Amino acid sequence: MVLDARDIARALTRISHEILERNKGAGDLVLLGIPRRGVPLARRVAERISAVEGLEVPVGSLDVTMYRDDLRMKPARALLPTEIPPGGIDGRTVVLVDDVLFSGRTIRAALDALNDVGRPEAVRLAVLVDRGHRELPIRADFVGKNLPTSLVERVSVRLAETDEVDAVSIDGAPA
Amino acid sequence: MKRHLLSAADLTRDDAELVLRTAEELRSLADRPIKKLPALRGRTVVNLFFEDSTRTRISFEAAAKRLSADVINFSAKGSSLSKGESLKDTALTLEAMGADAVVVRHGASGAPHRLAHSGWVRSSVVNAGDGTHEHPTQALLDAFTMWRHLGALDGRRVAIVGDVLHSRVARSNALLLQTLGAEVTLVAPPTLLPVGIDTWGVETSYDLDAVLPKADVVMMLRVQRERMNASFFPTAREYSRRYGLDGKRMRMLQDHTIVMHPGPMVRGMEITADVADSDRSVIVEQVTNGVAVRMAVLYLLLSGAEGVTGTDESENDA
Amino acid sequence: MSAYLVTNVSILGGEPTDLLLRDGVVAAIGSGVGFETGASAPSSTTDGEVIDGTGLVALPGLVDLHTHLREPGREDAETVESGTRAAALGGFTAVHAMANTEPVADTAGVVEQVWRLGREAGYCDVYPIGAVTVGLAGEQLAELGAMADSAARVRVFSDDGKCVSDAVLMRRALEYVKAFDGVIAQHAQEPRLTEGAQMNEGELSGRLGLTGWPAVAEEAIIARDCLLAAHVGSRLHVCHVSTAGSVEIVRDAKRKGWNVTAEACPHHLLLTDDLAETYDPIYKVNPPLRSRADTEALRAGLADGTIDIVATDHAPHPHEDKDCEWAAAAFGMLGLETALSIVQETMVDPGLLDWAGVAERMSYAPARIGRVADHGQPIEVGAPANVVLYDPSVRRVVDAASSASLSRNTPYAGRELPGRVVATFLRGKATVLDGRLT
Repeated sequence: MVLDARDIARALTRISHEILERNKGAGDLVLLGIPRRGVPLARRVAERISAVEGLEVPVGSLDVTMYRDDLRMKPARALLPTEIPPGGIDGRTVVLVDDVLFSGRTIRAALDALNDVGRPEAVRLAVLVDRGHRELPIRADFVGKNLPTSLVERVSVRLAETDEVDAVSIDGAPA
Repeated sequence: MKRHLLSAADLTRDDAELVLRTAEELRSLADRPIKKLPALRGRTVVNLFFEDSTRTRISFEAAAKRLSADVINFSAKGSSLSKGESLKDTALTLEAMGADAVVVRHGASGAPHRLAHSGWVRSSVVNAGDGTHEHPTQALLDAFTMWRHLGALDGRRVAIVGDVLHSRVARSNALLLQTLGAEVTLVAPPTLLPVGIDTWGVETSYDLDAVLPKADVVMMLRVQRERMNASFFPTAREYSRRYGLDGKRMRMLQDHTIVMHPGPMVRGMEITADVADSDRSVIVEQVTNGVAVRMAVLYLLLSGAEGVTGTDESENDA
Repeated sequence: MSAYLVTNVSILGGEPTDLLLRDGVVAAIGSGVGFETGASAPSSTTDGEVIDGTGLVALPGLVDLHTHLREPGREDAETVESGTRAAALGGFTAVHAMANTEPVADTAGVVEQVWRLGREAGYCDVYPIGAVTVGLAGEQLAELGAMADSAARVRVFSDDGKCVSDAVLMRRALEYVKAFDGVIAQHAQEPRLTEGAQMNEGELSGRLGLTGWPAVAEEAIIARDCLLAAHVGSRLHVCHVSTAGSVEIVRDAKRKGWNVTAEACPHHLLLTDDLAETYDPIYKVNPPLRSRADTEALRAGLADGTIDIVATDHAPHPHEDKDCEWAAAAFGMLGLETALSIVQETMVDPGLLDWAGVAERMSYAPARIGRVADHGQPIEVGAPANVVLYDPSVRRVVDAASSASLSRNTPYAGRELPGRVVATFLRGKATVLDGRLT
């Protein structure tokens, strides 16, 4: 195990503070989690920011399935929810939230998806784990933990909302 | 899912629920500024309509275009496409054009089945209504509409009323709704129920008034006046009196019961205007849902790798 | 004329013996007969070809009472020559050619043309069937007497493909043919009950959305015609009986002593309506394939003699008439080259019929009904040498492409069937040897 529940909680609290600091408040923020595990992470970050700032931060989800560049290479995939908060994203600062940053392809897809939803003032990226091995010129603005890994390893993020427990672990090469 | 959608019986419960869930996600697209998704970019969908059905064709066309597919409309109207042999020739033409999916409406039962299984084309075939056989995407959009109003369909009572004998909508709905756990009752005069209906696993009734108070959904089918000339019923007036849904019958329904119609309606025949336009009527919503459901079907059949359908739930793709 | 000595062959499944065919007749039967046996006439040849008949069954040349040869008019589907070649390969030495050609065989001229074409082809004897009504239109009697008196000597009359549904017309036809010992072969199909009909009416037709062809549409006509035949004291033959109810009606008519005969087709003995589920019109036929219970009833009826004969209803269609959607496709399937195998599969192998029974159902009885003197005779010394040698021990996979028919619409393609016609002799001349046309 690389991160336990308390490590995850601390990392999210730090990310929340960094977002506030960088954004100079929560005024125009919209948090969009990338399903599945980015969504509960986004909610947790939103709660922390609300607790500090005393105002509701709009939070939603952004499914990137249809924008993936490997859509044609695998069987058709089930769609995951896209929920844009009622105020939309035009002119806002959108923080994309995901569990693991790896090749960067998911984030590229997310940027395309965002493009069809509206025109934010700025887009930032927050991830719980950055495991390296980028294949595109993409970097995270807020990182919970940098985790150097081998390509054959697998980073497994489990969250209470989806997996009953908070934990990040590195598994060996899949058989 | 299978590679073709020819019959509602091709769908397992998991398949059907996947279509409904996917449609639910896609339905929200209608509220967005850009009503387009890139999933089928570079794919070609051919609408091959041997029968005139502007509604269904437009619905499929909108669905394919919102997924960024190229759409070719091939209509038999006003051309020589109506005789049997031309189905094959047309299919070969489409194949040569590189169609990825053929959405086919045909007056002959089984024509989409022939298209899919005779080796004429390699593309996916979607049945958009064949003769008096099936219309599976209509059943999916009907189920989707019910699901949005009533939640899970397990144990829900659906009454399908009218010309079951000639209705592809009734056949597909009877199959799909049972797959989804609903209890289906087909209501019609005995002349308009097919032989062998006792094997369909549905209830049947000749008495609309006995069925209405228990129904959660009442689906009225189109009844063509011309059927009267073949002695299926004596007169349109008698048909309406016994099997039409009017205001008086509507008051027998439970509060949550919805009224559906696959369209086009024959107002005054199977349904009166006040019912069609009432709060219970979800007929307009069915049309909206039709696009979302057809998007879901096209997406699930076409978006994946060629020759591979079904869904991949793996997530380690960050 | 050459002679054939078939050694160690089983006539109608009996003890193996030797069979000598010479001068167009069965010259000798018995163990140890040779080419010199009984060669009294100086013209008789004393040598010939020896065929090892070990394991083979000798049957009288088969007679088909129901064949569509399509000529004149649809020579793209079949000709008299190609159809009779297929017949010979199937073990037939005589076929009755149905009248629904273009033009319809409703005059002495057309029937004589078909008859002459058959004689020229030489593969089997062709007996034209005359139309009952002019142009098969069901309105006016054709010149039945002229056809009967023609060189073709027509005795069987049928509007097959269409039903003589008008009760008065049917009555008159039954009465009229008594003058020349004719028979009306009825295609029993009540037209109003079968408008647009595509397949057997039942659970499957409802599910597939194909308009049903109800059993009652056949049975109602058969019942009526039996009553009419009894009333006017004439001969009725019922074509392609397909339902259990029809078998029951015919059985009842026979019990009453009425002069009614009936035929069943091989496809109705073997195939069932569930094949329509493929929507492949190769299985589209009229009357349609029925249920398992119907095929069982047909087999039982054929076994107990209620159904007198097996007739093929060989119905060739060009490829494009089957390579389309079900509703647009033509009705009918090939049958000549597979009939005997299917009778073996459905009747002989299950023990419902022995080879003598097969000879009765596929040779003697159809010849009697059609009033054909030169065919359908037992294999006895002096009888015309119309003989088929059949090997029931082999199994083969049907290959549509190898059919002698010009058409390919066999529903059995790819199916394994028992038996093989080894040789067919028409008046002592081999039309088929070693399974191939000579």
